[in-house]
Amino acid sequence: MAVDRLLPTQEAEDLLDLTRDLADKELATRVEEHERAETYPEGLFATLGAAGLLGLPYPEEFGGGAQPYEVYLQVLEELAARWAAVAVATSVHGLACFPVATFGTDAQKERWLPELLGGGVVGGYSLSEPQAGSDAAALTCKAVAEEAGYRVTGTKAWITHGGRADFYALFARTGERISCFLAPGQVEGLSFGKPEEKMGLHAIPTTTAHWDGALLETDRLLGAEGQGLQIAFSALDSGRLGIAACATGLAQAALDAAVDYANERTTFGKKIVDHQGLGFLLADMAAAVDSARATYLDAARRRDLGRPYSRQASVAKLVATDAAMKVTTDAVQVFGGYGYTRDFPVERYMREAKIMQIFEGTNQIQRLVISRGLAR
Amino acid sequence: MNIVVLVKQVPDTYSERKLSSGDHTLDRDATDAVLDEIDERAVESALQLKEANDGSEVTVVAMGPDRATDAIRKALSMGADKAVHLSDEAIHGTDAIGTAKALVKVLGTLEGTDLVLAGNEASDGRTGAVPAMVAELLGLPSLTHARELTVDGGTVTVRRETDDGVTVLTAELPAVVSVNEKINEPRYPSFKGIMAAKKKPVTTLTLADAGIEPSDVGLSAAWSTVTESNPKPPKSGGEKVEDEGDGGSKIAAFLVGQKLI
Repeated sequence: MAVDRLLPTQEAEDLLDLTRDLADKELATRVEEHERAETYPEGLFATLGAAGLLGLPYPEEFGGGAQPYEVYLQVLEELAARWAAVAVATSVHGLACFPVATFGTDAQKERWLPELLGGGVVGGYSLSEPQAGSDAAALTCKAVAEEAGYRVTGTKAWITHGGRADFYALFARTGERISCFLAPGQVEGLSFGKPEEKMGLHAIPTTTAHWDGALLETDRLLGAEGQGLQIAFSALDSGRLGIAACATGLAQAALDAAVDYANERTTFGKKIVDHQGLGFLLADMAAAVDSARATYLDAARRRDLGRPYSRQASVAKLVATDAAMKVTTDAVQVFGGYGYTRDFPVERYMREAKIMQIFEGTNQIQRLVISRGLAR
Repeated sequence: MNIVVLVKQVPDTYSERKLSSGDHTLDRDATDAVLDEIDERAVESALQLKEANDGSEVTVVAMGPDRATDAIRKALSMGADKAVHLSDEAIHGTDAIGTAKALVKVLGTLEGTDLVLAGNEASDGRTGAVPAMVAELLGLPSLTHARELTVDGGTVTVRRETDDGVTVLTAELPAVVSVNEKINEPRYPSFKGIMAAKKKPVTTLTLADAGIEPSDVGLSAAWSTVTESNPKPPKSGGEKVEDEGDGGSKIAAFLVGQKLI
């Protein structure tokens, strides 16, 4: 059943209608096949781009949808309720556009943004390295300035859409400090590792990237030299909200599946939803989904009003992804033995939820961000 | 090229459809209403022709109650340029002939139409006759059930597909073409398209505006009358056939009895 949403405008209502229609027809129908076979959904991101769903939170003048985060995140949530991997990749694309949209010069925005926001082009975000995940400042990939531009050498890791994306927001060390670049998806000296064999999110590859002296033109530097970490962390505040929305959508899908099943399956002469033991479990799941949504929307509204929202974004990421883990695990419980099989989607939902507690800042890092805000 | 697409708002195919208890017409308030899927394909055909022929314009024509504007907006958000909506309480209950007469009057308010496109059959009434009737009343060539459509200069060519086979038809424009479900996959409206559609012109006409005689339309003018209707009976247990070596013949006899083979 469609989630009863509070949306600020008729425009947003129309956008959510479009999203549900497209997600039902293009995502829900293909997700099982691709997640099982671990194959990439060719053409799907072009469809999302043509519908205008890849540039929603960015300005109209560059081809974006000029939507507040409050609305954009609910679009992500609807996508995630059908196909978590696609929603996550869409969120990461939004994250990858952030540095040029926020720190790019006018010339850089005019040159790249229209294609990134409305051209069916997909982006990846390349901050992590094998030895530098939570401790992002420990990254060692180097960008050495020379006359023609920056020569990049090093290894990046955990790149969503790695090898498939058309561009990457790349973070590399320029001398002592870190800088941000808008790197092309293909350039001489750039190669990608074999896709990781993951627990879930099978349809979208996650890879390493090997930079072997690839040359990036000077105007691919975003912001000032040395501003990279500041850019990375401000992008991540927004990205965490995207992940919170994806986790909420995934949890919603698991709740819906469990509720449907509990209203069909009978034991001891009545529907299992009417057994208080199961009914209360479902009630806790519903409460977790609703509070996850309320928490990310609170952070989004603060962002939309231009107020500080870093702490709220971390709270939202923590609350929503823990909720997704709990709700998907309990959904498997509601299905009993059937829930442990691949005949029902809840088994996949449970696998997909786990990564959400890990990526874009582990939930331990979220607690670190929150607690630092509390220390006097 | 000026292309007109005839579209209809119908009850959502996936909902339970009912007749109203009073006059046995379709109970439109009981279900969600959508732009008929076959009409989405007709709009897609029009948009493809527009994209291939610079300077073309796509006009959507719909006849129906006020809320048919939602179906019109859908077509506009896909990319049609403007719309004409015949909306008048007096058209309630109009049959296929009355609909064709009324649509022809509405088409008469538009100038320079080269091609009229329609779905071959609406998913609610399923008479499947309106496009041919419109062509007849306009005195234009009628090319129905198209699964392929090309326009080359002033000539339209379609592959017409029916249960009787495939026929290739050509005609000089202007002409009326109805499309079947194999013609194309309709595009999604884009978010920008939805925004832009709000600003596109929609002309709303009453019967009088379109010069339609009230006596030609409405339930009272319909050539057929529904006197009684009942909901479909619930599924029964079916019929069990014991196989005593003649199971195959018994199944065949059953299917013949149901007029299925």
